[in-house]
This record gives sequence, C-alpha cells and structure tokens, in this order.
Amino acid sequence: MNWRIEIRHKKGVFDSLGESIEKSIVDMGIASVSKVEVAQIYNISGSLTKSQIQTICNELLVDKITQKYECADCQKLTHQKTQSDENIVEIAYNPGVMDPVEHSTMKGIIDLGIEGVESVSTAKEYILTGKISAKELDLIVEKVLANKLIQHVVSFFELKKSSKRNLEQEVEVVKVELLGANDKKLMKLSQEGQLFLNLNEMKTIQKYFKKLKRNPTDCELETVAQTWSEHCYHKTFRGDIKYQYTVNGVQKTKTVRNLLKSTIIKATTEINKSWCVSVFHDNAGVIRFDEDSNICFKAETHNHPSALEPFGGANTGIGGVIRDILGTGLGAKPICCTDVFCFAPPDMAFKDLPLGTLHPKRVMKGVVSGVRDYGNKMGIPTVNGSIIFDKKYVGNPLVYCGNVGIMPKDKVFKKVLKGDLVVVAGGKTGRDGIHGATFSSGELTTESEVVSSGAVQIGDPIQEKKVLDALVIARDKDLYTAVTDCGAGGLSSAVGEMGEELGVRVDLEKVPLKYDGLNYEEIWISESQERMVFSVKPKNVKKMLEVFADENVEATVIGEFTGNKKLELFYKGYQVCDIDMEFLYEGNPKITKEALWAEPKIKTPIIPLQASLNDKLLEVLSHYNVCSKEWVIRQYDHEVQGGSIIKPLVGVNCDGPSDASVITPKLGSLKGIAISNGINAQYGKIDPFWMAASCIDEAVRQIVAVGGDVDRIAILDNFCWGNPDKPDRLGSLVRAAEGCYKTAVGYQVPFISGKDSLYNEYSDGKKSIAIPGTVLISAIGIVDDVTKTVTMDFKESGNLIYCIGETYDEMGGSIYLDTFDCLGATVPKVNTKKAMKSFKALNKAVSNGLVRSIHDCSEGGLGVALAEMAFSGMLGATIRLDKVPYKGEDIRSDKVFFSESNSRFVVEVTKENQKKFEKLLEGISCGVIGQVEETPEFIVYGRKDEVCANLYIQDLKEAWQKPLRW
Amino acid sequence: MFEAIVNMTKTPKVIVLRTAGTNCDEETGFAFEHFGAKVDLVHINKLLNREVNLSDYHILAIPGGFTYGDDIESGRILANELRIHLGEDIIKFINDKKLIIGICNGFQVLVKAGFLPGNLTGSKISKTYLSQKVTLISNDSSKFEDRWTYLEVRGDSVWTKGLKEIVYFPVAHAEGKFVPQDGAVLKSLTDNGQVAFRYCSQYGEAPVYPQNPNGSVDNIAGITDITGRVLGLMPHPERHFLFEHHPFWTRKEKQSKYGEGSMIFKNGVNYVKTTLL
Repeated sequence: MNWRIEIRHKKGVFDSLGESIEKSIVDMGIASVSKVEVAQIYNISGSLTKSQIQTICNELLVDKITQKYECADCQKLTHQKTQSDENIVEIAYNPGVMDPVEHSTMKGIIDLGIEGVESVSTAKEYILTGKISAKELDLIVEKVLANKLIQHVVSFFELKKSSKRNLEQEVEVVKVELLGANDKKLMKLSQEGQLFLNLNEMKTIQKYFKKLKRNPTDCELETVAQTWSEHCYHKTFRGDIKYQYTVNGVQKTKTVRNLLKSTIIKATTEINKSWCVSVFHDNAGVIRFDEDSNICFKAETHNHPSALEPFGGANTGIGGVIRDILGTGLGAKPICCTDVFCFAPPDMAFKDLPLGTLHPKRVMKGVVSGVRDYGNKMGIPTVNGSIIFDKKYVGNPLVYCGNVGIMPKDKVFKKVLKGDLVVVAGGKTGRDGIHGATFSSGELTTESEVVSSGAVQIGDPIQEKKVLDALVIARDKDLYTAVTDCGAGGLSSAVGEMGEELGVRVDLEKVPLKYDGLNYEEIWISESQERMVFSVKPKNVKKMLEVFADENVEATVIGEFTGNKKLELFYKGYQVCDIDMEFLYEGNPKITKEALWAEPKIKTPIIPLQASLNDKLLEVLSHYNVCSKEWVIRQYDHEVQGGSIIKPLVGVNCDGPSDASVITPKLGSLKGIAISNGINAQYGKIDPFWMAASCIDEAVRQIVAVGGDVDRIAILDNFCWGNPDKPDRLGSLVRAAEGCYKTAVGYQVPFISGKDSLYNEYSDGKKSIAIPGTVLISAIGIVDDVTKTVTMDFKESGNLIYCIGETYDEMGGSIYLDTFDCLGATVPKVNTKKAMKSFKALNKAVSNGLVRSIHDCSEGGLGVALAEMAFSGMLGATIRLDKVPYKGEDIRSDKVFFSESNSRFVVEVTKENQKKFEKLLEGISCGVIGQVEETPEFIVYGRKDEVCANLYIQDLKEAWQKPLRW
Repeated sequence: MFEAIVNMTKTPKVIVLRTAGTNCDEETGFAFEHFGAKVDLVHINKLLNREVNLSDYHILAIPGGFTYGDDIESGRILANELRIHLGEDIIKFINDKKLIIGICNGFQVLVKAGFLPGNLTGSKISKTYLSQKVTLISNDSSKFEDRWTYLEVRGDSVWTKGLKEIVYFPVAHAEGKFVPQDGAVLKSLTDNGQVAFRYCSQYGEAPVYPQNPNGSVDNIAGITDITGRVLGLMPHPERHFLFEHHPFWTRKEKQSKYGEGSMIFKNGVNYVKTTLL
C-alpha cells in the first residue's frame, strides 16, 4: 500500500521558507502572489497499518508543537483547492537523483521498531495564493521552485503509481565498430558517444585495436576517452605549444614544451624550499606544519555543473575537493574550506540573458547554498573566499572550491602493492554524473542542459563525513597501503590511476548499486559522489571492513592489483575490458597547439578631474567587486572545529573585511595557518602576465597583512580559461603562466599544487562567449604564534596612519575607471624586489608588537582600504594625499586615491611606537598620511591641500553594505 | 601505572556522543579535557551494542553538528534513537545527579527527545515526563547564520555558575528558533528558573534581529531541566574557549588566556569532582 503524508505549519507559526520564496517571486517581477505556503510530502510504501503510519507521523515526521499533518492512502488524498486563487504545485526529485532524506527516514522508521517499509520518497507542495496566469505559474516553477535537471512537477497520475524501480537485464557486451571506420565515422563515434576526442586521438585508438585484431568494447572506448580527457589528462598544459607573441612591436615565436613544467613546476623547483614535502604528484600539495604534522592544500573548480544546476554543482564541487584532501597521501583531515566565485552581475536584466542560461542571481544563490550545505554539514569551517562579477561569466560562472587538511607526518606517501585488494567505500553507485569528465572538456551550449543532464548531481555530505570518520581511524591503524578519491571519471579514473603501475582486475558486479538496471559501463564511469578507493593487504581486509561497518559505512572488495600491467574488467564473468595500462596512460598522441599573444590596443581614457571625490568613493565602495559579501559569509559556518582566530569578518561590529583568515588546526596549540586568495579578471583583459603577478602579490600581501611570515607561504594556481584550441585564448594563458613563474620566483613562494579548467565558453548557437581568462592564486602561510596576529580595523584615535609601498599611475583595470565604463591601459605591475623588503619589515613590525592594524590596498586602492579600516573600527580619519609616496608622472588626487598599484599597505601605529616602526622601515617607501580620529568623519585632503573628500563613516559603510544585503 | 589507575577513579569522566554528522565533538571534548576530565568520543553504535556503558561516565555531552543531515528536522532521528533505545539509561543518569549538556544540535536532540525541559513539577524524572514540550524550528531568516550573540545569563544551574552577567558566544545554525508548546510551559520555565540564556543587546537590553538571531520566543537561547543539571543551548561556548576566539580580541586587553565560554566546562568538571567523586 502507498501512504501519502502531508505536513503543514499550524496556524500562526511563521513559515520562513514560504516567506523567502514569496520574496524571490516578487524579485522576478510577479507581484500578485500574496502568500506562499509549503507542505512537506512523504510517500511511504509497504505493508503498514494506519496506526503504524500514525506512529511514524507522531514520533518521527511531525513536530507536533508547530506542525499538523494529514495522511491517507495516496489514491484518496489529492490536491484540493480551498479557494479559487490558490495554485498548487508539487515538486519532487527525478528518479535516480539522490535524496538523502529517503535514507534517513527509513532509518528513523526502523528505530521506531516498525518493519515492512519498502520505499520512501519525498516531495514539496507549494500553495501560492494570488491571481496568476498559467504562464506565470510555469515561470515561477521554472525560475524559483524547481530545476528540471533534477526535479519535476508531480502530476496526479504519478501519485497512483508505485515508485518501485526495475529490473534485471541480460548481460550483453557491446562492441564498437572501430576497425573499419573511416575518418568521418571516427568523428561521428566521438561526438555521438560524447567522447570529446579529436580525430588524431580516435585514429591512435583505432591503431591500437588493429594491433589487437579486435574492436573495442563500449567500456574500453569510454575508459580511454575519460583518461585522455582534458579534465583528467590536462593535454593543453602537458602538450607542446607553438607560441607567437609580440614584444615592443617585434613578433617572436617559441615552442613551449609542457607549459606546466616550464613555468609553475619550474618555479617550485628553483625556489626549493625544504618545507615542501610533496608537490605536484598527489591529490594536493603537502607542506610541513610542525614537528608531528603536515598541512595539505588543494583547490578545484566545478564550473560546468554549476552553470546548469548551481546548488548541485557547487555542492558536489566542494564535496569533490574535500575528497581530494581525504585522498592525499594516506589521508588527511579537512580543516577549512575556501570558496571563490565569478558570476555575471546579479542585477542583469532577464532580457539580456543568452538563451539557455540561468539568471546570475539565481546562480549565485544556488552556488552559495550548495557550498553552505556541504561545508557546514561536514563540519569544516569555510574561512576565506572572494566573489567577482563580470558580464562574460553569464553562461559560464566559475566556482573554485579549496580545502586544507592536516595529517601526521608519516602518512604522506602511499604505495599500492601487488596482491592488494581493491576496496571501494562510501556511497553506492548510481546513474548520476555519467560523462562528467568528458563533459567538462568541451564548451557549453544551449543543448548542454538536455544532452548532459546526467552530469549533474547532488551531494550527500553526511555520507562523506562518515567516510572521513572511518578513514581516519583506518589510517591510524595502518589498515591500507594507498587511497584515492572517486572524482571525475569515477571508478575508471580512481582505480585506473592506482593500478597504473601494477595493473588491476575489477569485478564490476561487486560494486554496491543504488538500484538495479545499471550496465557494466555505467558502473565503471559513474561519478556517484562520496566514494573512496583503497588498496588493502588481504590480511587486513577483515579489520578494514569492520572499521567502516562501525561507522555505518559500506565498504566492499571489488578486485585486485595484479601485477600484469593490464586493466581488466569483468561483469558477471564476461570480460568487458582488457587494455594495457601503458597505452591508457602513455599512448595518447602528443599534440601541438597554436598560441598567439598580442598586446591589446587600448587607449588611456581621459577622465575629467572632479573637485570632490565623495560621490566616486561611495560609487567605488558600492561596486559589486568591492562591496560587502556578508550575506554570503554568514551562511557559512566559519568557526566549527574551534580554531577560529581571525575571522572573515572583523572589527568592532564584526562586519569589516579581513585580509586573510587565521585558524589553529590543533586544539591546544597556538600555531596557526593563514589563508588568502588573489583574483582579478580585469587586469587580464589588459595583460594576463601582470594579472597573474598581481594575483600572487595580492594573496601574499594579505597573509603578510595579518602577520604571516613571507618565508613560510605556499601557493596554488587555478587557471580558468576559454577554449584553448583558439590561439588567442591559449596565448593569453601562456602569458599568464609566465607571469606566475616570474612572480613566484621573485617572492620565493612555491606553487605546491594547481589545476586548470579550460573550455569555459558558452555558445548560444551563433556566437561563443568566452570568460575572461581568470587565474586564482590561493595562498597558505604558517603562523608560529597566532596571538601576535593583527586585524584591519582602526583601533584607537590619535594613532598614526602609514601608507607603505609606492603608488603609480596604474589605473588600468581599476574599479575607479570601471565606474566610468573604461578599462584603461596601464595595468598594475609588480616589483618583487622592493615589495619583498616591505613584507619582511612588516613581518618584523608585527612580531615586535608595533602595529595596531594593517590592511592591504587592492580593488579600489588606497581610498577603499582607508574607508574600510575606518568604518570597521567605527573611527574617523584625516588623510593627506600629498604624503602618499607617489611615483606617477601625472599627479592627480583621484589617481593617488584610487590607483590599484600592488604591494601596498595601510598601517596604524601608535605615536609611542613611531620611532621604532620607522627604524624598521628604513629604505622602504612610506609616508605618514594621516591620523585616526574619534569623530566619525572621513576627511581627505588632496595633493594641493584642498578637501577632496569629506564623509561620515556610517555613509561609507552603508554604501559598502547595501548592494548585496539580500 | 598503579598510581594512574587510582587517579582515574578520581577523574571526572565525560562521554561525548557522536554519530553520523556530528561535527563539534573534538573541540567539545577538548574543553572538558583541558580542565582535567577524561574524555571519550563514543559512537552511538557502541552504546547501542553495549560495548560502552553510559553509567561509567559522569557527564554526557551531545555536541553540535548535523546528525543524520538534519533530515526530516534537526535532531529528530538521534532524539528518537536515544529516547527509544537508551531512554532508561539516560533517565537513570539524570536521577543519579549526573550532568548532561547539549550544544546546538545537541540541544535540538535533548528537546526533541523530551529530556529538556523534562519534568516541570519535580526533580525526579521517569519515562512519563519525556514528552516534547518545546521545539526548535527554522530561523525567521530561513537561512543558516553564523554570528556572535550577547546572552543574558539567568538561573542558578551548576553549569552557569560564575559566568559574567552578559556573555558573548557565537551561534551557527539554521533551526534555532525556540518555541514552547504553550503559555503554560513558558511560564513554568520562567518561574522554575529554567531559562539559562536569553539573547540580548550588548548592554543587556531587549534584542532586535540580529541580536536575537532566529526569532526565538521570549529571546530564549538555552534552558535547563528543573535541577539545573541538564543544560541545552543553541550558542557555542566551546567556540569562545580562548581569549583569541573573541571576534574582536585584537581590540581588547588580554586579562586571561580563556574566553567566556570556558567556565561552563570548568563548572561541569568541578561539580563532578566536588559532588560525585
């Protein structure tokens, strides 16, 4: 029998969910909905009596203090309107989409001692009161209530059907006709199979199977495609590039062999820091923390899934990078998350959206919710992040997820041994996320949401938390020899990678499934979340499985590492794959791509000089790239694990923007880590080299700003670019990578890990919109004593305000010019020699306790930095721009105030410490530019001693907080 | 070795209960351990299969987290597990004058299992008193929020002894709005001195949002049972354990290495030492 239970709020209980949906509907421009009510629906099937169902309701499903319920045989209970202007919509997950509530409800029912439940499914019923047309209702469903990739509107007929799923099918090994295929046919196979392989690659595969004198199975072909995909193999970064570029009008050409090795890794090798423990060959980079422990750090992107299903995309993005940390060495414990997003402006008009794209505000809300859900439920604090906006991100938002872990120092290295068994642990395997790896290796189109819908999934953070708990116990008992995570490519890439040197045999029917009906190929490439793969010595298997069972995690032996250097897959006794590891991992044809970089021809705009900078300062503070992100930050738990020392929001009202976050990863120890990031897509439109340099500078100086030692900073690179098969896109990528190399070596900060995501373009059928090439630099610094760190809010009136570092006429890419709708040509550059002196001097000043506050100058320049310090400390300031060390030719107050020159800080020092502080800064460009004031006024004198800004700090703060106060 | 065993009998023992989705277990355990307790983080499976006995401990701590993903509603599934399978053990634990603390998700669990506010008319408790009388539901803002709140300390629970009149702890939850069943329950809680923490302004005045971060009735942030030995609260005292956990410690003069939340854990350990050992 199928029971349907509808749960509603009692009268008078505030329905906060209904309220927030109502707000979203008004945001869409539909004003006629006056009320939204939400009912929770459970459909329970099985042999249950009415009284058992009532027990389930009363003791499990319903909060009797605030809720009421109805339950009946589902054929009897139907939608009933009580008033003519009520619109009722019921929304449920599509079959195959993971709904964790189903599992928990089953468990809860068993706890009650009730047996006989066969299945549980959930849905939400929305009752919208108001006169709306059918078209408007459809629009509300589409834009607010449901995402058709994962959810659907429930029709009455569906309610009558049993939700049971099918069925055993016969094994049929599918062979793909490859040997006889001509070029045209080969490309057709690649396209139709969503393999995203080019002709040369298809021919190489054909040649291999010709040698074997047989056609490949579908599974073999898919495995090769996954392994050779841009996502897994990074063909662009590892291949050859013919690079044409122009320097001072002279065209030059050179061949770059392996961009990664010749820039990023080269920097790390040259810098050669003794505290780098494991770089570039595991899931994450590992550095030394203290005598017993190491820290590892990794950042990933999940852009394409987030474009289509923002919640699920970001959710599984964060889940994926956490698994990277779980799978680093013999496993690390995650200690904090970082998240950086790039969206189109949230106030973009609906009519300006390209066909098939979601509105940026919806994307942003979904992405933030996805990160919030996963990070908070895993109990990992999200401590640092950034959001930047640009119209070009419209069809292709960027979602960077980073994670830091800690591990005992003897657990850094792993080695699979011959004869070890393959154990898969965690979530079950379903049909979700099929083709994720190959899908992210092509451009998005209007068709993507139809064709690639299988690539979108939702995560189950509690499952992953259980895996984490079990993994740490098993690790500390030395129960396994190696571990890696199932990410893109699923078992195919995880098991494949682990068996690359030895060879591996897997019996696919042993993999635990969510439901019947998956074929062998789907099991092999499914990207179902929350799974880890271990290699376990046969003698330890029993104990290993026990540890996981104790934490209620399913763990299963599915195969063996053989030593015959082959990938062998079986399904119910049939062999479905038999290929050489060497071909899989070394056999793909070397490619040479063309790259071209030419300096863009940009005119330096002529901006009229304004007498007062008041309006411009407010406008710059309200710019989306500058304004407060508190709405986002508060939704993340940034204090769980009990080690929060400098929070993302600081100051007297806990709402000022801190530069870097500081946490103590070990309870009882005052040794900490500082986390920051640098990102700026505007500069890259002028010169990607200096964009990369500026991003490294920003990330490093933010750690210096909280007191982190510049000699103990490591960084990550994450490149998100457009289609690298187009020479101009690849040219700018090469240039950015070169900027990374130069600057990292200049600052002696090694890269320890990195990632690239290419093909970030959206095609609406006619033209392709490429994202601006965007590099994210994430930085981590070791802080010996966190009690010495500083924050950015002004502390006390009467203190002196210093500007450290030189300001140039570098308005290119600045927020100030953007408020005039101009880009500008003079991009901020970096002088690592000079900056390094400032960094070291500031390190010393902080550790000697000479500094009350420090803030770095980034977007919006000195003006924004000073304003933020003032309103975060609820104190005023008097500033004299003629005291700012300025090296530009064209001296203007607006340039001094808003230029975004790198390597600059504003520092607050007591008069008492002035001499000591200045002694430390000998030989470094700096100036006393003003003083902190008791009165809440922000007064700026210009280059000619005129008052050029005079505002109350409350007004500055309001301008800064208003835009994203949702 | 012999000495260590002797000392163990004089050491307060704390069980920090964990299950799928618990995530504040380590820092909560650390806080007790720091003041001299012996702490075990124990998976509920071990209590259910009787590998570990609750009666071997003096303090039961149910820490924060998202047990079972907050599916159905926060704390519900763990509350049922405790009530149905370990109800008798916990009742005995309470009647033996031992201590229980539930923080955030742990508070949600205690409330939904009926252990809080418990018997409103007398200090003994039995299964009949385990009906749910108050609840914690979605914040009025309908979203998860992490923010620091000022709390007025009320009542004379063993847990809150010696706390300043107004303390500053962070909340981090999506379902923390306190709602009593009816006016009578609310009145009993107030009259019995069972309200332990109320949200307030920095100066102790009546709060507005976000000072009351979730819309709790009567600004209630934490309650005890009638004996004061069972405490539940939404804010996280273990996150203000050190001076440097304060959100603007860089503006303050350091007078102690501890933060304002540490006293709660110290009180628990001291109570066991002076009363139970």
